[in-house]
Amino acid sequence: MKLIVNGEVHEVAAATLAELLAALDYDGDWLATAVNSDVVHKARRAEFQLSDGDRIEILSPMQGG
Amino acid sequence: MFELFGTSLPSRLLLGTAQYPSPAILADAVKASGTSVVTVSLRREMAGGRAGEKFWSLIRSLGMRILPNTAGCHSVKEAVTTAKMAREVFGTSWIKLEVIGNHDTLQPDVFGLVEAARILCEDGFSVFPYTTDDLVVAERLLEAGCRVLMPWCAPIGSALGPVNMTALRSMRGHFPGVPLIVDAGLGRPSHAATVLELGFDAVLLNTAVARAGDPVGMARAFGKAVDAGREAFLSGMLEPRDVAVPSTPTIGRAVFS
Repeated sequence: MKLIVNGEVHEVAAATLAELLAALDYDGDWLATAVNSDVVHKARRAEFQLSDGDRIEILSPMQGG
Repeated sequence: MFELFGTSLPSRLLLGTAQYPSPAILADAVKASGTSVVTVSLRREMAGGRAGEKFWSLIRSLGMRILPNTAGCHSVKEAVTTAKMAREVFGTSWIKLEVIGNHDTLQPDVFGLVEAARILCEDGFSVFPYTTDDLVVAERLLEAGCRVLMPWCAPIGSALGPVNMTALRSMRGHFPGVPLIVDAGLGRPSHAATVLELGFDAVLLNTAVARAGDPVGMARAFGKAVDAGREAFLSGMLEPRDVAVPSTPTIGRAVFS
């Protein structure tokens, strides 16, 4: 399945958002996720089924003003 | 003390966390400023990277209240989604709402701002809107559910200071019961003192401290300026006048000729 993760195309076998995070070495409770511009909360990542072409954003705390 | 959304804060200075020369200088500047609120953002994390973890760990160690922002968002959808992601990561419903409308000035898109504010207020967020000094927009933001307003005094990072004192004075006069925080455009401690003297409740700034020659010293200076401006406002200042008035009594003056 082809996914766009943080703007980059990835070919992955992951079926769920949680599996995708594990496959791409994203780990930590400070991460926030969205699929196709909608927030997917931490508790829902394990059940959230991904589809071909989905756009995933994985964000973390950063300096800001 | 100073209260925002039911939270008492010891300082009227809110400080951004970007552009510091090092994490250690950021930490020292935050402490020196006396602030208890720092602004943070959300950005794409690198796979396997731990930049977010390191930064978040540093911020948590400072023991400050977190005000996440939606910096860089140019649409309502982007801002609302970012706010929701920030609420999950940072564990707070406070959000500094930015919906940018102009690339050159980073002026807020006030139409999108009002729409995003309404959506987020209805969703339980405590929205701090980064807005212009326009009274009509301010009214709309309050109608949308905002209980704090954050007008700019000049474009972000410009260090110009308050360029339209009339507009700021007017805003203060129109919304006497609303906490007003000047956000963006401050360059010097005297600018902060000026807006506090005007009756604004607080300031939020970043670049003026982070890019100073000595960020820690500048953070301390801004902390003092904010205190001085507030105390001056509460103490009642003289109105300027065009003629001299002697300060030393004329009665009892010696006559030598």
